[in-house]
Amino acid sequence: MSIVVDEKTPVIVQGFTGRMGTFHAEEMIEYGTNVVGGIAPGKSGSDHLGLPVFDTVKDAVNETGAEASIVFVPPPFAADAIMEAADAGIAHCVCITDGIPAQDMMKVKRYMRTKRVEKRMTLMGPNCAGVISPGKALLGIMPGHIYAQGPVGIIGRSGTLGYEAASQLKSLGIGVSTSVGIGGDPINGSSFTDHLKAFEQDPETSVVCVIGEIGGPQEAQAAAFARDHMHKKVVAYIAGLSAPKGRTMGHAGAIVTGPGESAAEKIEIMKDHGVTVVERPSDFGTVISKLL
Amino acid sequence: MDIHEYQAKALLSDFGVPIATGGLAYSPEQAAYRAKEIGGEQWVVKAQIHSGARGKAGGIRMCADENEVWEAADDLLGRRLVTNQTGPGGRGVYRLYIEPVVPFERELYLSMVLDRQTERIVLVMSGSGGMEIEELAETDPGAIHRIHIEPAVGLQGFQAREAAFACGLDAGLIAQAETLLLGAYKAFRALDATLLEINPLVVTEEGRLLALDAKMSFDDNALFRHQNVSELRDKSQEDPREMNAADRGLSYVGLDGNIGCIINGAGLAMATMDMIKHAGGEPANFLDIGGGASPDRVAKAFKLVLSDDRVEAILVNIFAGINRCDWVAEGVVKAMNELDVKVPVVVRLSGTNVEEGRRILEQSDVDLITAETLAEAGEKSVAAVSWEAN
Repeated sequence: MSIVVDEKTPVIVQGFTGRMGTFHAEEMIEYGTNVVGGIAPGKSGSDHLGLPVFDTVKDAVNETGAEASIVFVPPPFAADAIMEAADAGIAHCVCITDGIPAQDMMKVKRYMRTKRVEKRMTLMGPNCAGVISPGKALLGIMPGHIYAQGPVGIIGRSGTLGYEAASQLKSLGIGVSTSVGIGGDPINGSSFTDHLKAFEQDPETSVVCVIGEIGGPQEAQAAAFARDHMHKKVVAYIAGLSAPKGRTMGHAGAIVTGPGESAAEKIEIMKDHGVTVVERPSDFGTVISKLL
Repeated sequence: MDIHEYQAKALLSDFGVPIATGGLAYSPEQAAYRAKEIGGEQWVVKAQIHSGARGKAGGIRMCADENEVWEAADDLLGRRLVTNQTGPGGRGVYRLYIEPVVPFERELYLSMVLDRQTERIVLVMSGSGGMEIEELAETDPGAIHRIHIEPAVGLQGFQAREAAFACGLDAGLIAQAETLLLGAYKAFRALDATLLEINPLVVTEEGRLLALDAKMSFDDNALFRHQNVSELRDKSQEDPREMNAADRGLSYVGLDGNIGCIINGAGLAMATMDMIKHAGGEPANFLDIGGGASPDRVAKAFKLVLSDDRVEAILVNIFAGINRCDWVAEGVVKAMNELDVKVPVVVRLSGTNVEEGRRILEQSDVDLITAETLAEAGEKSVAAVSWEAN
């Protein structure tokens, strides 16, 4: 098992024929992901990378039985693409796009909530590296070779910092069940807590690593969830100890605006809730290896 | 993106928020002329800078005649105003806004922000205005009223009235308050704002509501669809290094330390800065060079980091995903050859094509310190600075 995707999950690519969509679709297929087609409005009937192209997500779902999608659509149109996926009955959607207006995401989240819970899509991102279940499937843009298959679940905001953690683990011979990116934007499709819930249910995962950063309330919510509802061990790292207040650190959401949002405060909250804190970002591997 | 008070007032006025009739001035003569144009007996000359707390910093002057307006303007223009929000460098005053002094009975606080907890716009209002909201939250948290706005239907009249009544406004002012709040909300939504603050919102002696100050910030990611807002950008209010970086597609934040950082990915950049701190050093900057770091982009990043003369060492930390270490290595070698780099440079490469990247660095004749792990990168960069110092 793993969460979100495995080798059987049928995947479609939104923004399939664009430069980004093409490049990463090839990488995902190469990794073994079950990519079954893609969307490019107005190009239905044609083939791309040997796979069928559809005008709408609904058509793709009807024809291929797609359950997951990945969005490589430019920022002005990405919110629309996500809502199209939600409407067509996609269960898991990853949005890679960086730069979606926050109010568009407010609308997307509101729209997703109009679906009944059991039919509601889980969105990862936007502005994330996606999801990888090592050895099974890649629904993202991460370099597959730095991940080994194993018992550690990773949930993070940042792409490259997630790579750092995974490669430290691999160098110690430790693998990953699934790594999920929730993205660096102020409004995320899904939260740390959403994926902690999924990892708690996943028999292949025994430890979960949360990689947070400054800004927003999500890390504190995750800490409370870990204490109250999880049997599995949770470790956390919070980036941004040296970030000044009121400045955006690259990610649109990485900004300290109020109490509880700084790295130091979040680390305190994590500790208070019994979460093991990785103090130095060079210690992901060593800290996690002691808990296995 | 931030804008000036006078710009925020003009935008809000279009949405029915009442403001005083003011005028913009770039010179003392113009300021005096504006006062005459506006009429009345007393004026306020307000420095237009991207910061709050201007009053305490001497940026707001009350004037009783046109000469005083001229003198206040002459004193303020060209000055750098340091407030508790600007940092020690302050912000340059190049524009003034002249308004008539409006006698008022009471001050209120009004703001709207995008709340990340509820993923909704929240209306924040208080019967006690004039002070900063952080201060109010400490002294009298019970006086702050919050209303979360359902995005599908927007702010409703009953919610606006609820907020107005909670602030203790007289019955005769409720209709005005409702119009003002609904207008402000429409402006927030229509222009993709991230913050709107009217502090103080006053009740004049004539019994009217008036926005005495106004502040708005906008979502950079939404500027593509608001030409009227993006035109309001005032580069004189931005850190030149950060502006330079932003115009080149690099994300840079200047800090106070001496180790310059060149990193890909925001999270890894913050983590590397933390690593420097743990090793006993201080980062000079945050810099994310992004996913597709071509040799050219790396060279630009070097130029940018070296433009800060406090930098005594540079740490390059790249974890290549879509990126390739060999490209980054080429960029490092190119930058070192083209630029006169006098400070030690520590390079740590990891990820895609790492062997090829390391080989390029080894075979080049540039003087570099290489590191294998994140820990080593942090320690070596700190050691490089202290070695230089001795």
